[in-house]
Amino acid sequence: MPTRTGAQIIFECLVQEGVHTIFGYPGGAILPAYDAMLDYPIRHILVRHEQGATHMADGFARAGGGVGVAMATSGPGATNMVTGIATAQMDSSPIVCITGQVPGKLIGYDAFQETDITGITLPITKHSYLVTRAEDIMPAMKEAFHLAKSGRPGPVLVDITKDAQQAKIDWAWDPRPAQMRGYRPDYPITSEDLARAAELIRSSKRPVILAGQGVIQSGATRELLALAERIDAPIAMTLLGLGGVPASHPLNLGMMGMHGEAWVNHAIQEADLLLAFGMRFDDRVTGNVKTYAPHARKIHVDIDPSEINKNVRADAAIVGDLRETLVDLLEVLEAADHEAWLAHIDRMKGDAAVRDIQRLPDTGHLYAAHVINDIWRITGGNAVVVTDVGQHQMWEAQYYHHERPRSLITSGGLGTMGFAVPAALGAKIARPEAEVWAIVGDGGFQMTQAELATAAQEGIKINIAIINNGYLGMVRQWQEFFYERRYAATPLRNPDFVKIAEAHGLEAHRVDTRSQVNEIVERARAAEGTTLIDFRVEQEDSVYPMVPAGADLHAMIRRPERSVLAETGADPI
Amino acid sequence: MHHTLVALVEDKPGVLNRVASLFRRRNFNIESLTVGRTAEPGVSRMTIVIDSDQASAERVTAYLYKLVNVLQVEDLGAVPAVARDLALVKVAVAGHDRGALLRVVDETRAHIVDTGEQTMTLEITGEPPHVDAVISRLEPLGIVEMVRTGQVAMRRGDTTLSTAQYS
Repeated sequence: MPTRTGAQIIFECLVQEGVHTIFGYPGGAILPAYDAMLDYPIRHILVRHEQGATHMADGFARAGGGVGVAMATSGPGATNMVTGIATAQMDSSPIVCITGQVPGKLIGYDAFQETDITGITLPITKHSYLVTRAEDIMPAMKEAFHLAKSGRPGPVLVDITKDAQQAKIDWAWDPRPAQMRGYRPDYPITSEDLARAAELIRSSKRPVILAGQGVIQSGATRELLALAERIDAPIAMTLLGLGGVPASHPLNLGMMGMHGEAWVNHAIQEADLLLAFGMRFDDRVTGNVKTYAPHARKIHVDIDPSEINKNVRADAAIVGDLRETLVDLLEVLEAADHEAWLAHIDRMKGDAAVRDIQRLPDTGHLYAAHVINDIWRITGGNAVVVTDVGQHQMWEAQYYHHERPRSLITSGGLGTMGFAVPAALGAKIARPEAEVWAIVGDGGFQMTQAELATAAQEGIKINIAIINNGYLGMVRQWQEFFYERRYAATPLRNPDFVKIAEAHGLEAHRVDTRSQVNEIVERARAAEGTTLIDFRVEQEDSVYPMVPAGADLHAMIRRPERSVLAETGADPI
Repeated sequence: MHHTLVALVEDKPGVLNRVASLFRRRNFNIESLTVGRTAEPGVSRMTIVIDSDQASAERVTAYLYKLVNVLQVEDLGAVPAVARDLALVKVAVAGHDRGALLRVVDETRAHIVDTGEQTMTLEITGEPPHVDAVISRLEPLGIVEMVRTGQVAMRRGDTTLSTAQYS
């Protein structure tokens, strides 16, 4: 058997897992691994902050469908990863984080750069390992990758002591799959559960399908459309589900929830059956659960048994892979017709259904909705768009129409500011052929703007659209609605974003009027390197409609008659 | 309502922490938690008593299964089960009639496990309500120190909780 150091074994395992790129930042306790890395066919993306490495690994995983890998040293290197790990956990993104740890004999003695990272990340990882012997590296790495990508995906942390990295052992790759006694991600779908679900579907007159990220993660787009068409049921999308069903499909109603379309939420409240496919009834989706879909029975299909009956009681539940479940359901379900129900939803859409902000007269104002809708039009809807959290995120969901899975990457569950730019860089690495746009607020951009240096150094081409309204916009909106416009700590005096980009050697532009949007977006697309556009949009615009947190789903705040965008004649809802 | 959950877990570093952290993270209050070895090497058994309704007990069972090191979980609230708790109680004997204490011992199956000049230490074993009852009879006599193990429990009859399906 050949001899290998623990550090070499880390990379032997990464190569065996098919990893070709990792995102990281070196330091004392991970130095042996970095030294070994030079001898392996692995591209390393040097980030400027370890949070960036985790978001890049996350964006890489979500865009490409594989596992993203981030690496950092012990102590502060590891703690800087916490936000990225929590983001991946909440959105079920498969990443493996490898951290160095102080030598085993120093653990517990408050050594330099020692921190209990497995303890710190325990509640925000799918699982974690503290590895203190070189012999244990391969089993931990194999299990980590298996755990990250199987079942409900999620982040796994492997913390490896420096002496385990340095130790030399006789070693050979063990090709057998990882075996874990207590982990069985594959749940058999029972015929009783299927029969019960099919019976509820047959007896429904007003069904609505709720499509979540599970559609994308199980690759169930085709099967979902086949089922929707078979039973003639409209589809409402969660934020993370967007792209799982083409926006242009006639049965796709659009997004549900807090900033979902009014007719979608009304359809859910009037439905007699909800078919929840790979979604988890998040509070941003349900509003007040006590009044949520009061007439509807619920069929819940999810890969994670702990999601069943967690937020909403299911009348029928199927635990298992969504695509396989849909295939099974398609075998037993006959065609149905819900013309009256669909016509009713169409009437609820009314004029809003033909909302077309493209043809609005140019009043000289620049609205975020216009900017995002223009980017959608110019990119032909074919870009991979990555967003942070907040107003720009909701406007993106409303005005960029996603036709394909993995074309929207956004921090949904944790709602992480600073996610977009690094995640977009990761997405571009995973799909070099794709046009990648980071759409980001002026607040969130500044949280991880250091990664502009990563883009420049590594030569990664993305486009960054800062929706700059000079406020922490969504917080300002809540202050406007619920705190009597007392704008505590939300106005931002921003730096010159164009100069910041230029200081990194990147191209940058400023856009103040709508007439400039087209040309500047085209210039960014044509540029070779990462290009930043500072869109100076209306400062006090708000996202409508809005279901206040905890309110009934049908109790939406509609756009006021005299709102700024309404003056342009847009958005009748 | 009390729920008694039994979990078979892999005997690995940090597993107790993972289980305890889960209850804290999901906002469940642990009334008692015991952990010890089983007949099978490498497998520990936890008995966890929580105060929750049925739906929450089902939720927590599902969360326990999500832990990679958890092999098997059973809610003993739904089945006939034997439950035992053990208490060691040190009672002051100076300044009052020892007869009162000895009567409690006689009538309650408590055992005297140690005697000092000022105190006497009793062991009480039984269903948790029995232990509660004995302790409440000792309280007027002056309890100076007490420890309880927390509940351990096992299903009645021939059915066993085993990890056979996992090996």
